[in-house]
Amino acid sequence: MSHEHEHGHPHDPIEQDVGARKDFILLEMAVRELLVEKGIFTAADVTQQIEDMDARTPAQGARIVAKFWTDPKFRELALRDGKAAAEQAGCDMLAAPELVILENTPALHHVVVCTLCSCYPRAVLGIPPAWYKSKEYRSRVVADPRGVLREFGTAIAADVEIRVVDSTADMRYLVVPVRPAGTERLSEAQLAELVTRDSMVGVAHARPPG
Amino acid sequence: MTRQDIPRGHCRTPFYLRGRPGVIERCLGHFRNPETLAYGKPGLPKVGLYKVRYELPHLWQSYTGGRADTLVADIFEFWLDPA
Repeated sequence: MSHEHEHGHPHDPIEQDVGARKDFILLEMAVRELLVEKGIFTAADVTQQIEDMDARTPAQGARIVAKFWTDPKFRELALRDGKAAAEQAGCDMLAAPELVILENTPALHHVVVCTLCSCYPRAVLGIPPAWYKSKEYRSRVVADPRGVLREFGTAIAADVEIRVVDSTADMRYLVVPVRPAGTERLSEAQLAELVTRDSMVGVAHARPPG
Repeated sequence: MTRQDIPRGHCRTPFYLRGRPGVIERCLGHFRNPETLAYGKPGLPKVGLYKVRYELPHLWQSYTGGRADTLVADIFEFWLDPA
């Protein structure tokens, strides 16, 4: 399918995309172009949003976790007001929904999902991975969290409580994994490097040092 | 108890929780009603949003995980009935 009309912005030709999703891609383009035509927003606004989202990465979440581990006052703030803590850690949370920080302990392991769609703490982690948005993850993790975590290579002891957190409404959730042993001498920056994206969703533990 | 219902239109209470008993952990605040917001209405008056905890072995007959495993979801007030 070729593009018969000019609409002022470059993008990849449709043929490159996976067949089944072509309809949704066309729908998105059509709705977006219509909204721009009607003056709801401009093409530049869309580009701005995309660039803003692309700039957000799990490194931001990792910074929050490292601070949480090392600074008791920050930990208190984070448990009380996730957005304020994220701001203090350098994330722009102006347009973000409420953020709740979930602390894992040796007795409690959180894992986050959005069964209804793909709600994810994008403001502090960036774009969610494809598996998080998949029907498989969304349907299986609420029914068999231990099985799903095993598939990620993550074993949870039988006497540890697994708490699946379904982001059904306006709150977004960030997991603080348990601080790995043997990290007492590491700096905040070094600690942040141990915090993987998957550990902040709850399907993995933080990486051990060294 | 999460209401057992299949209303028309947009709603944010997952099917797997409808008709299931849970414990309210706390109120998360009041938010605009997503079911009317989705249709371009203002979503007012704001509705209470509650963090509700369910026990996984009670949600699923064939649950094979830990007996103490739980699931928490954020449920709007009008989806909750006293147990």
